[in-house]
Amino acid sequence: MMDERDLPTREKVLWWIAGVVVIVYALFPVVWIVALSFKTPSDLGSKRFWPTSWVWENYDNILAGDAQELFLSALRNSIGISLIATFISVVLATFAAYAIARLDFPGKRVILTTALAVAIFPVISIVTPLFNLWRNIGLYDTWPGLIIPYLSLTLPISIWTLSAFFRQIPWELEQAAQVDGATTWQAFRKVIVPLAAPGVFTTAIISFFIAWNDFVYGISLTSTERARPVPAALAFFTGASQFEDPAGSIAAAAVIVTIPVVVLVLLFQRRIVSGLTQGAVKG
Amino acid sequence: MAAITLKNINKQYGDGYRAVKDVNLDIADGEFVILVGPSGCGKSTLLRMIVGLEDITSGELLIGGERVNEKAPRDRNLSMVFQNYALYPHLTVYENIAFPLRLAKAPDSEVDERVRHAAELLELTEHLDRKPANLSGGQRQRVAMGRAIVREAQAFLFDEPLSNLDAKLRGQMRTEISRLQKRLGITTVYVTHDQVEAMTLGDRVAVLRKGVLQQVASPRELYERPVNLFVAGFIGSPPMNFIPATVERDELHTPFGQWRLPEGKRPDLSGHEIVLLGARPEAFEDAAVVSETIRDHGVEFEAHVDVIEWLGNEQYAYVPYEAPDDISAQLADLERELDSEAMRTQLVVSLDATSRIPEGSTAQLWLDLRKVHVFDPASGTNLTVAQSSGNGAAKAPAGDASAAAVDESADGSAQG
Repeated sequence: MMDERDLPTREKVLWWIAGVVVIVYALFPVVWIVALSFKTPSDLGSKRFWPTSWVWENYDNILAGDAQELFLSALRNSIGISLIATFISVVLATFAAYAIARLDFPGKRVILTTALAVAIFPVISIVTPLFNLWRNIGLYDTWPGLIIPYLSLTLPISIWTLSAFFRQIPWELEQAAQVDGATTWQAFRKVIVPLAAPGVFTTAIISFFIAWNDFVYGISLTSTERARPVPAALAFFTGASQFEDPAGSIAAAAVIVTIPVVVLVLLFQRRIVSGLTQGAVKG
Repeated sequence: MAAITLKNINKQYGDGYRAVKDVNLDIADGEFVILVGPSGCGKSTLLRMIVGLEDITSGELLIGGERVNEKAPRDRNLSMVFQNYALYPHLTVYENIAFPLRLAKAPDSEVDERVRHAAELLELTEHLDRKPANLSGGQRQRVAMGRAIVREAQAFLFDEPLSNLDAKLRGQMRTEISRLQKRLGITTVYVTHDQVEAMTLGDRVAVLRKGVLQQVASPRELYERPVNLFVAGFIGSPPMNFIPATVERDELHTPFGQWRLPEGKRPDLSGHEIVLLGARPEAFEDAAVVSETIRDHGVEFEAHVDVIEWLGNEQYAYVPYEAPDDISAQLADLERELDSEAMRTQLVVSLDATSRIPEGSTAQLWLDLRKVHVFDPASGTNLTVAQSSGNGAAKAPAGDASAAAVDESADGSAQG
């Protein structure tokens, strides 16, 4: 990668402009939501970007007020379901990706292409059959009822990213460990897994986002607050009276559910560094 | 410590490619054996079969008299230094060296004592807390060696350990490895494509070509009595010169005149029309500086010297000449197989540093005929050595070498 200082001034300015454009484009909706969440219901239609007066009313409403029950249970469901789905998918994907990267077995390509096919398969087309199936076998409106379909979303991408990470780890390291007296399992646990850690974290975060942000499964396969996740719950928000627009509360809830995602990224930013394998080989 | 015995070892890959063909080799306890050959000759495969990272297709591998074909690498108790060192980047130097001991569940006090001892031996003590990424190439190499020597392995295996170092460091590490091996006295198998490493390090050197063992002998023996064209061309730098000659009774007609080999050095050439004469650069000399006592053992001839490289202690003169097309094609094939590219047929002649032959002139050169080998161009066999080994002079494992040479002839003629 080229160092910024090496660029000629004109090019540097262009890069800056491009960067600013991208940032504004990406952050504008977020800032808008934040601004919206601080508006009073009457202020919503004021056609002004910033609130006329900043109020905590919407946050009060969802955390302590009328919508509290709806929101907090949804938040609990979302966190629990997403974490479990992420955990299962990362553990399974680690083994699958390791096998795909290291071993030569028939059907390796089939697994990878199937994973890709599953990933690009439109979610909406399997929701109806899943709805019927889940109702029949009693998974409808339960945590496992969401975790299982979430795995179908998170596993393919996890397998693909992790197998790419595993391929980067020099095979000699594992062979060296075996010569040093390690069993295959010890070599995997003591050498491969620590080196793949950045990849595992990256994958975990991606999986978590996918599960966290899902709406279609969340709204279709749940009916009560037993399992309804936040994105689905937002759709059930109402205003203080039926004539009042719930947009403020929805915006406040959206801000709150974004926070864990931001915190996660900040926490693991240092771990999502590639190049940990540097120094393993060559002089 | 243990002896390693390879009996009729074969390696065939799934696609049918035979990387190693029927290799027999006895490595004595404490011996330093080099496997050498150009790239793709199967030397690394052979090493990896010994350590257990490659399956043995057929044959038997004994370590310390015990068959280990079916044993996993960790049960063979060998230690290996990889070409790219394969250090664990997430562990410190200390933990890298301690890794085999930790796996063996050695108590902490013992681990500490042995790691520190190994580190001292390799002058790594001050780097113990650093990570491999922060070390120089030579230091990484030493860490890899530390990891190998820290436990009491049956043998050390080195897979081109110096090929990633620059020339100066390579020379130093070569001496270090030699010193370490002598001090520890552990059986060592060392793979390299660099014939200088092979000659300087090994007690014995095994030359491989296309998976076939060509010759196993001491460096001196390989240099002075190569069994075939391949070994002769591979060992020595600059390489041996091959001069085509037609046989007419006792006389050899070469592009540089008619030569008669001395009695006792003259193999039976009946049935051969064309032979290749092999002469190392130092067998030649500037006729003006040859001492009178040996002058009679050689011949003088005129040659056009087009380039001279003066190195201080000696100088190399280059003498281009015309050779028959089929011979030069065969020589080019041989060169290619030895990983080099022959631009033209030429003699490389080593001259005394005091010689004053100017570049681009015709000079009077002298060749010591006692040091000339005669090769059969079809089979590549060294006729000079083949004849004299009949007296039992060759201490090379004759079985292997001649078997290899026969196999060789099939290949050679197919190519020619």
